[in-house]
Amino acid sequence: MTATTSTSRIDASCRLPLFTLFGGAATWLVLSSVFSLVASLKFHAPAMFADQAWLSYGRAYPAWSHLLVYGFCVPAGLGVCLWLLARLGQVELARPLLITFFAKLWHLGVLVGLIAILAGQTTGYEWFELPRYAAVILFIAFVMITVWAFVTYSQRTVEALYPSQWFILAALFWFPWIFSTATLLLQFFPVRGVVQAAVNWWYVGNLLNVWLTLVGLASAFYLLPKLTGRPLHSYYLALFAFLTVILFGTWTGIPNHAALPAWMPALSSAASLLSLIPALAVATIVILTGRGTPVSRNGGPLCFTKLGAWALVLATVLLALSTSPGVARVTDYTWFTHGQTSLRIYGFFGMTMLGAIYHILPHVVGTNRIAAGRMRINFWLFMVGTVIFALPLMAGGIAQGLKLANPDVAFLDAAKAAMMGFRLSTLGELLLLAANLVFLFNIVSAIVSYYRVLCRSAYEEATEQLEPVGVKP
Amino acid sequence: MRSSAIVFLAAFIALSASWAGFVLAPQLQLGRAPLEKSLGTETLYPVARPGLAAQGAEVYTALGCVYCHSQQVGQDGVRCDIVLSEPGTNVLATLAALRSVDENLGKPETLANLPKVIKTVATVAAADAIVKPLRETGAKAGVKIVPTGSDISRGWGRRRTVAQDYAYDLPVQLGTRRAGPDLADVGARQPDIEWHLRHLYDPKSEVKDSTMPPYRFLFEERPAGKSDPADVLALPAGAAPAGKEIVKTDAARALAAYLVSLRTTDVPLQEAPFTPPPAPPAAPATNSAAQ
Repeated sequence: MTATTSTSRIDASCRLPLFTLFGGAATWLVLSSVFSLVASLKFHAPAMFADQAWLSYGRAYPAWSHLLVYGFCVPAGLGVCLWLLARLGQVELARPLLITFFAKLWHLGVLVGLIAILAGQTTGYEWFELPRYAAVILFIAFVMITVWAFVTYSQRTVEALYPSQWFILAALFWFPWIFSTATLLLQFFPVRGVVQAAVNWWYVGNLLNVWLTLVGLASAFYLLPKLTGRPLHSYYLALFAFLTVILFGTWTGIPNHAALPAWMPALSSAASLLSLIPALAVATIVILTGRGTPVSRNGGPLCFTKLGAWALVLATVLLALSTSPGVARVTDYTWFTHGQTSLRIYGFFGMTMLGAIYHILPHVVGTNRIAAGRMRINFWLFMVGTVIFALPLMAGGIAQGLKLANPDVAFLDAAKAAMMGFRLSTLGELLLLAANLVFLFNIVSAIVSYYRVLCRSAYEEATEQLEPVGVKP
Repeated sequence: MRSSAIVFLAAFIALSASWAGFVLAPQLQLGRAPLEKSLGTETLYPVARPGLAAQGAEVYTALGCVYCHSQQVGQDGVRCDIVLSEPGTNVLATLAALRSVDENLGKPETLANLPKVIKTVATVAAADAIVKPLRETGAKAGVKIVPTGSDISRGWGRRRTVAQDYAYDLPVQLGTRRAGPDLADVGARQPDIEWHLRHLYDPKSEVKDSTMPPYRFLFEERPAGKSDPADVLALPAGAAPAGKEIVKTDAARALAAYLVSLRTTDVPLQEAPFTPPPAPPAAPATNSAAQ
């Protein structure tokens, strides 16, 4: 068997699972943008949908965060992880049909969670709103996919580990632990009072600041060398980034104002500050790996990945700043945190995942079927959308926080200080919706084109056999 | 790293450390801690919410109020006001004691218009050091602990909130954003249930520039005159659609009862002390607008 055929067989083994994971992720991403717009409109016209409970702010907003994280981030990340495990191990994906089944089960769990949130069955914990029956579905689906991912990994034909594989293994290990802890201690055997808040914040910190970082960096550390044609600079720097991400990131997430024993927020803000170390390592890797290659502005996977890595650096700097006690007095309780988290999710994770999917999908489909022009449109819309979404929210949040800290300023004046930025951010959400629609279109058309080719070749094969019979002299 | 075992070991060590720190430790420290008595009383604190308010807490969660309203009050610290209420019979000794605190205090003017705050210090210990010699002269003096900070100055609570305040909350709704005001103490600022119901139906009717969306789906529009007057929301003339009246649903009633029950910072605690104001004379409660 030659290397090329084995590579194409590996890609083919990933086809069905990735179609399900990426197709579903793109669909949820569009829907999450719709809900984020509905939520934002409440601040432009508060009386809109006032007779519809399911469209009230307190339901549209968690619907957005639920769909973004569980609908888009996790399936997209899982798909990228599976493909990378197969490719880096030079082995076909184990049990692709079972993985496809559990990927569909995951999407079903997301749908159940969405309906529950809109119907008011939310748990009331931020970033973990899905009720227990949905959480159990997600947990089973994730664990089963993880099992076959580990089987694939253990069957690898290339022994040596590439840095991306560390990140993926840790991510696959991380999610079941944090998700089951949150499900058990918040929903099945709820702990008392503020301990719930501690568990919730621990979970959110690990989900957003560790899990997303691990998966995003796994993809970035694979694609940067691949697409620039230069080796990763360097193995030891990547190792350093890996260890510091998991060591420091896992302690982030507890806000300074928390009504918890004071050592907890203090430890958390120290960890956020220390997270600058892996961010610095990532910045160094991006610069040194890409050095000497011409700057690419074609809006392809490399642009997505590079920009995503830089967004991680920026988001980490902002996290370290906004959790330092002096700044937190201003930024806590404001729109700043929303902007900063969104920058991390869209700017870093969304960017790297879109780049990875645009790189992977043509391989899996079999030919290069995603037009560069449509990718470029997606890139620019997504980038500008993220910037206009996140930055004004943060600026507005600072304006709001400065007034909120001064008791002589009336509360409503403080709340309204953020409104200018908030209104701008709605424009960013519109652009993101457009970007996500383009993304969905690109993904779906690539998948459809695969089936069309499949049908055509099957048809031609069938008619070829028929022709000699049909032709009469 | 050449072996997957080392990768897993590193991940296990990192995650189990934070799990022990942020999940296990608070559970051991707070999860089973016995409730303490509020300062100066024999009552355990807190007490569970009454039935309707407990149902309202579920409505509060289901509507996602937490995304705009926090329920935590912060404070920067405390200041201690030393209040002199009676000079005692030995005025000269009192003045001498005052002079030993501060040269300017040792003047007869200090003893006029009592009771009044004669000095403010930063810590309870410093205040006690001043009050003790004063009391020995026969003067009546006390220390008033006043929490400070922007939340307190806004009237959002009397003291900071602490872990014990939330012992019975499930799910706990601390919140991380203040698109609307903090609600930890809203029941103390605005104890009128009808105000809350009108505010839920149309926030702008009670707070002119409010940015809160109306929650009309918590109310039903019915033909006028058909419902029990106790169920009808009292609105200013012309606010309800012609020929209709606005009837409160059970959910609205429960939510309002919950909001009124939110008086988190009413009592002083060992870890968050303050001096409550003297019990007011029996006067009707005022309904000044909550803000």
